[in-house]
Amino acid sequence: MARIGVFICHCGENISATVDCGKVAETIGKLKHVAYSTEYKYMCSDPGQTLIKEAIKEHKLTGVVVAACSPRMHEPTFRKACAEGGLNPFLCEMANLREHCSWVHEKNDLTTEKAIDIVRIQVEKVKLNSALQPIRVPVTKTAMVIGGGIAGIQSALDIANTGHKVIMIERSPSIGGHMSQLSETFPTLDCSQCILTPRMVEVAQHPNITLYTYAEVESVEGFIGNFKVKIRKKAKSLDEKTCTGCGLCTTKCPQKKIPNEFEQGMGMRPAIYIPFPQAVPNRPVIDREHCTYYIKGKCKICEIVCPTKAIRFDQPDEILELEIGAIVVATGFDIKHADFFPEYGYGKYKDIIDGLQFERLASASGPTTGAILRPSDGQVPKNIVFIACAGSRDPAKGIAYCSKICCMYTAKHAMLYKHKVHEGKAYVFYMDIRSGGKNYDEFVRRAIEEDHVNYIRGRVSTVFERDGKLIVKGVDTLLGAQPVEIVADMVVLATAGVANSGAEDLAQKLHVSYDAHKFFAEAHPKLKPIETNTAGIFLAGACQNPKDIPDSVSQASGAAVKVAGLFSQNELTREPLVAVVNRTAPPMYSTCVGCFMCQSVCPYQAIEREDFKNREGKIVKTVAKINEGLCQGCGTCVALCRSKSIDLYGYSNNQVYAEVVALLNEY
Amino acid sequence: MKFGIYPGCSLTGSARDYNESVFALAEAFDLEFAQIPDWNCCGATAAHNLNKELSLALPARILALAEQNGLDEIIVPCAACYSRLVVTQNELKKNPELKNRIREVLEMDYHGTSKILNVIEWIDKYIIPKLDEKIVKPFNYKVACYYGCLLVRPDKVLNYDRAEDPQTMDIVMSKIGADPIYYPYKTECCGAGFSVSRTDIVSKLSGKIIEDAEHRGADAIIVACPMCHSNLDMRRSDINKYWKTEYKIPVVFVTQAIGLAIGLSSEKVGLKRHFVEVKIS
Repeated sequence: MARIGVFICHCGENISATVDCGKVAETIGKLKHVAYSTEYKYMCSDPGQTLIKEAIKEHKLTGVVVAACSPRMHEPTFRKACAEGGLNPFLCEMANLREHCSWVHEKNDLTTEKAIDIVRIQVEKVKLNSALQPIRVPVTKTAMVIGGGIAGIQSALDIANTGHKVIMIERSPSIGGHMSQLSETFPTLDCSQCILTPRMVEVAQHPNITLYTYAEVESVEGFIGNFKVKIRKKAKSLDEKTCTGCGLCTTKCPQKKIPNEFEQGMGMRPAIYIPFPQAVPNRPVIDREHCTYYIKGKCKICEIVCPTKAIRFDQPDEILELEIGAIVVATGFDIKHADFFPEYGYGKYKDIIDGLQFERLASASGPTTGAILRPSDGQVPKNIVFIACAGSRDPAKGIAYCSKICCMYTAKHAMLYKHKVHEGKAYVFYMDIRSGGKNYDEFVRRAIEEDHVNYIRGRVSTVFERDGKLIVKGVDTLLGAQPVEIVADMVVLATAGVANSGAEDLAQKLHVSYDAHKFFAEAHPKLKPIETNTAGIFLAGACQNPKDIPDSVSQASGAAVKVAGLFSQNELTREPLVAVVNRTAPPMYSTCVGCFMCQSVCPYQAIEREDFKNREGKIVKTVAKINEGLCQGCGTCVALCRSKSIDLYGYSNNQVYAEVVALLNEY
Repeated sequence: MKFGIYPGCSLTGSARDYNESVFALAEAFDLEFAQIPDWNCCGATAAHNLNKELSLALPARILALAEQNGLDEIIVPCAACYSRLVVTQNELKKNPELKNRIREVLEMDYHGTSKILNVIEWIDKYIIPKLDEKIVKPFNYKVACYYGCLLVRPDKVLNYDRAEDPQTMDIVMSKIGADPIYYPYKTECCGAGFSVSRTDIVSKLSGKIIEDAEHRGADAIIVACPMCHSNLDMRRSDINKYWKTEYKIPVVFVTQAIGLAIGLSSEKVGLKRHFVEVKIS
């Protein structure tokens, strides 16, 4: 006879403020087969768990229902407590009184009634639970890092240094990411390239890291410890082993008018190109979209000049299939572009640029070798205006969030300008200065106090051109909303940081969640900021939300620790909530008739064929068999099976019927 | 094709020139107007500052009358009236309770089914497709298209043109041969209703709008709003007094410019009624 224990949690006041927990416990206690029913303020706390463990022993419970929050966070907690109390952990169920009841209803009798119903159906379900054993699966101890910016680099190096193999893939021809484009970095003003490029080289040379640039994720299957990943290595149109990276082809390419991505469009590059001189790997690729040969069928000058005959025009894309144990997503961010702000004139005037373009202007390796010159005429701007929050914190423009890095880089930009143009005037329009971080506020104060940057608190309504000057109209809210008009030579927009292109597509391939802004979503905003909802896939850097370098690097190292922790185990245990095809005595073997409709709908390729042979070795029946390692317990096959031969452990048809019947019946 | 037209107060008063040019265009393109019978005030700025229900009931009555008379499309040449009508239709669509309340107030049925067109939308839909064959005198002038506020705002409700850098009027003008200049003041405030109570403010604000157009070498400022027109045209002597200037740039309704391009006389399109002489013909 079933002896069920029910534990009602108050969740502080989260549940008890709207649900009469005492009444729920009392009513449930009177149900048939309920041997024990109680309530407690925090069931997940140590005393709460002890309460469950002791009740299991004292009342000889055969099943437990914890009525508390969503199972996402604490189901493992309570299952573990049950196991410690001597009960099979899969004989514990949760009833969600918080998200499904107390948070969404007002305090009244009906709310308590609903709470009773929610608990009641779980009591009926748990009576039919069976004791299950976790499934053990092996771990492939190779990690994949997607994205070769600073976050990906840090994560890859940290994992590789623990002795595990790392595959790094990067979709552009070189690793380095946005950090390689930056001039100097806040709050110390050290040169970005000087601190980054040695790490890029380290990635390329590390014995545990295999680097694939110009490559993208094609598909991801499998699960934690056992992902099967296909990557597409786009054709670079040259043999990387033969190529010495001499660069002769890039100087002779007749097509030289392609906007240079690395210079944010402020310079040109040829069709065969190395993105920047410090690129890793330092080998060119042919941009087939712009190459004269691929467009017109003639040219091949690079092939003629190449001293090692490394050009391969007919090279196909290559698909690699990899076995991967854990994935770190470090695909970074982008900045909001062009016509987002017609009133700020970006795209209409050459001298209105965005923050990344300013980085290139200020960079020693940039188009002006570090001189701050106006793009329109190459003159030194005497008045320069920086507009912070160009798009960020502006729901009217679609982006309500703070892009976090702009306050700091704008202060840095203004400072760099003042260091190079001593007599020039720099203005910053800002909403608030958000400079939380070690030595950050001091840095901003330094820009204001030592470098005399004029900070004006207020927004800019419009920027337009008149007689060759840019008129910036704004407001100074600290001077009682005084209108301000500045005649500027150059304007820099700190445009909002947004999700990188292709983020949504990648998230869907990886089966991880993303938010409304297409940033990858963490599993828990506070306690699981590195994990995603998919086990074995972790986040690093600005693909999650705009982040500065120190934050990206910290998170990258965190992700590496998560991966190393996973790889420290030889086997993983998985919840055994998987589908199963029934077996009966011969000659039937199973009620399965072997139609394999289930095979065609299984999203995880988890359904195999099993042959039954007679004594002569002749196959007498073929039925479906579930691969427990691959099955994710989605239940699609259960719903589709025509002969009702498949069931789901933990969510069997009988359990679900019992829940429905409980709800329909009076108690 | 028969449309409803809602003239509002200004087209029968201070903007008779605008009214004449709209009707002249309609006649030239064989478009027939039916004035909404027994129309009332749209409530303008006053109503929605004082009483929300009143500010919705007034335009709703106009729309209800249009429905009663089977007018599926209503052209509203005045930008302020246009804004009030569209805002009302939108509010009542979003809020069925409020819609019922307004029906009670009006003691009329109201569904909100009529399509409301501003003058540019009307031109786009009915004039532009037949325009090319009718042009006899291309409007070869540099023009500054001035949109003002209510033609494009609130943009989330009107869902019509970019609020910060609208383009529709520039496109219409280029279709009749004009050269629309880059004009950053196209949505700056003209002073609007201060025309009556604080002419000094109108003089200051409208003066800047005129100054920039003259500075950039425009031959005319093109408008599609009676209020903009009266501030830039009727208040010109106040503006010149305030800024100690002698701005002479004419202010022309978009419908007048098209009328001239298809060969209508300046009298027919109401240019004679302007305060600032229009030497364009």
